[in-house]
Amino acid sequence: MAELRPLPVGRVGEAGNAALQFRDPVRARALLGALEQLTAHRAGGAPLSIMHVCGSHEQAIARFGLRAVLPPTLQVIMGPGCPVCVTDAPEVDEAVALADAGVRVASYGDMLRVPGSGRSLDDARADGGRVDVVYGIAEALATAQENPDEPLVFFASGFETTAVATAAVLLRDPPANFFVLSAHKYIPPVMEIVAEMPHTRVEGFLAAGHAAAITGYGVFEPFVARYGIPVVVGGFEPLDLLAGFAKLAELARDGEARVVNAFPRMVTRDGNLRAQQQLWAVFEPVGGQWRGIARVPNGNLRLRRGFAAHDARRRFEGLLAAAEPARPAPRSDECRCGDILAGSAAPSDCALFGAPCTPATPVGACMVSSEGTCRIWHEYGGLPRIEIREARP
Amino acid sequence: MSAPGDKIALRHGAGGPAMRQLIETLFVSAGASDPDVVGLDALDDGAALRIGDRWLVFTTDSHVVTPPFFPGGDIGRLAVCGTVNDLAMMGAVAPLGLSLAMVLEEGFAVADLERVRDSIASACREAGTRVVTGDTKVMGRGELDGIVLNTSGIGFAERLVRDDGLRAGDAILVTGTIGDHGLAVLARRHGLDVGAALQSDVAPLNGLVATALAAGGPGIVAMKDPTRGGVASALAEMAHKGGVGVVLDEATLPVRPAVRAAAELLGIDPLLVANEGKALLGVRPADEKAVLEALRAHPLGREACRIGRCVAEPVGRVVLDTGFGRRLVVEPDGELLPRIC
Repeated sequence: MAELRPLPVGRVGEAGNAALQFRDPVRARALLGALEQLTAHRAGGAPLSIMHVCGSHEQAIARFGLRAVLPPTLQVIMGPGCPVCVTDAPEVDEAVALADAGVRVASYGDMLRVPGSGRSLDDARADGGRVDVVYGIAEALATAQENPDEPLVFFASGFETTAVATAAVLLRDPPANFFVLSAHKYIPPVMEIVAEMPHTRVEGFLAAGHAAAITGYGVFEPFVARYGIPVVVGGFEPLDLLAGFAKLAELARDGEARVVNAFPRMVTRDGNLRAQQQLWAVFEPVGGQWRGIARVPNGNLRLRRGFAAHDARRRFEGLLAAAEPARPAPRSDECRCGDILAGSAAPSDCALFGAPCTPATPVGACMVSSEGTCRIWHEYGGLPRIEIREARP
Repeated sequence: MSAPGDKIALRHGAGGPAMRQLIETLFVSAGASDPDVVGLDALDDGAALRIGDRWLVFTTDSHVVTPPFFPGGDIGRLAVCGTVNDLAMMGAVAPLGLSLAMVLEEGFAVADLERVRDSIASACREAGTRVVTGDTKVMGRGELDGIVLNTSGIGFAERLVRDDGLRAGDAILVTGTIGDHGLAVLARRHGLDVGAALQSDVAPLNGLVATALAAGGPGIVAMKDPTRGGVASALAEMAHKGGVGVVLDEATLPVRPAVRAAAELLGIDPLLVANEGKALLGVRPADEKAVLEALRAHPLGREACRIGRCVAEPVGRVVLDTGFGRRLVVEPDGELLPRIC
């Protein structure tokens, strides 16, 4: 194996990213060496806390096992970036109520087991409801086209990335029996919520490259100017992630608050203007509760009035109003998800952790996702320390 | 692990922790173990009954698959291979005969049934066995989805191979590429058109296992076919029963490019999806080379390789060394769902 030297620390990840082989373990070890150097001055004190706000980032971190090798001087926090996790219980209740009433509901797979106030779509299906798991909105649209005589509701979740796909379908005159129940959310406002949390220790944000491909990285400039916290837009390969972490560590060390695009092969300052037009032609931002986090001003994406004919909330207004009113999960006011996301509390600090909050009956977002901090602690009895012993002594 | 609850959910049939818990709670009764029987409580691939100095291995399997015809196979071939492979995993490599029970939905096309019959016949020929008894039922339209098959099989094992024999230092071998069947079926189900590159691996493994057993003898200490729940579930069960940990080296995992691509698109880990023509073998280090050579000399084992090793700790866990870091491989609990994030 080649000698492992840290990469020069000068300007990590800003140029030449496209030339990298994004899964090269040798380069990965070099970036880890750089990360160690850039955070070395933290040794003995509080680690550098950076937050990503994207489920796909957490997926990639988990999949490549990066947490096991990050230096102890760096803490990477999973922020409110999993759209399924932050979908609030009453939103799930609406989809469950429709399925219970015999309306065919199509949903992304990872939403299926997310409980509402009481039951999930998976439960509704077990009780005889018609729930289709789809890979994307096109699959739901095809079902509606094949069955023109019955209404089909697409339970639409996801951030601006998937919301654009929903918008594009609604702009192309879908069949009259196709409806959207929007649980779409918009990321930039929730970063402000995290930055304003009283005990927040977050010193940098890694923003999602695919969402920024649409919004442009310019969307983060007002945030950086207001809060003085750097934002790095990063991709999803292991080297993208490590380069993003290293850039954030460098900006934090130098006290530099600015937006850096570490995913230039996909992201521009202005983003995809056509997609933005479509997004805002179909949706308007409204305030809404994110599960276990906070009410986020402008955090939810609601269908505009012009699309009322395909808005499940309008088409089934009577049915949804008649459904049993959603009760908040018991003791949900005690949930510490927000503090855990802000890096100022651990799951063990939460009175609900383990009972009543479990993977089968989650109260907050951190227990919903398989990568959520509370879920991981619950499954592995604390932080998963993976220590291998080859043989018994 | 979740309690069974008061209603059966799809996850109770998915081959993971929920299914094991359901069986253990409702069907396995504690009692004195009988040295001449490997029974339900062992939760192995099948049962074994001692007859003289041999073991009669007996197994049964019900098959439902949507769609019933998929790239690389169909439910008929799957039904034969599933049972032949369960027998082979316990060392019964010459199945004496199979039973075949069919439950059909009113309206099922006879032409489709003929296709299923033909593939049952050809899979039996490949496995060197035959269907010796059967049963047919028809249910009303809408009462089931097209066709359900059940196959049972029996065969003698000269040496019984269990799934609990691993110890630290053993090598973990796989007989070929992983994820092919699961991704072929999932991609077809979700209308993902990736061309002909995605094919199920469904195949009878008894011939392949016979050559491995001949080469490795008692050095082959555990076998399992990674069907539902994939390599992750099979290894988690083997690690748990053997009281060892398993460390997989991701760089050595054989995954076809098309499978890898479909897996990334759907957000599904190839370690978690079903294989229908692959086996995992736990082998003592001294016999690893001979077993690998024997596997690779067989047409179904050309891509056989070592994918990991057994360690003393962490017990019952499967750890993946990704080349970048390490992570625990958690077995799926429930059907695999495409992810949005």
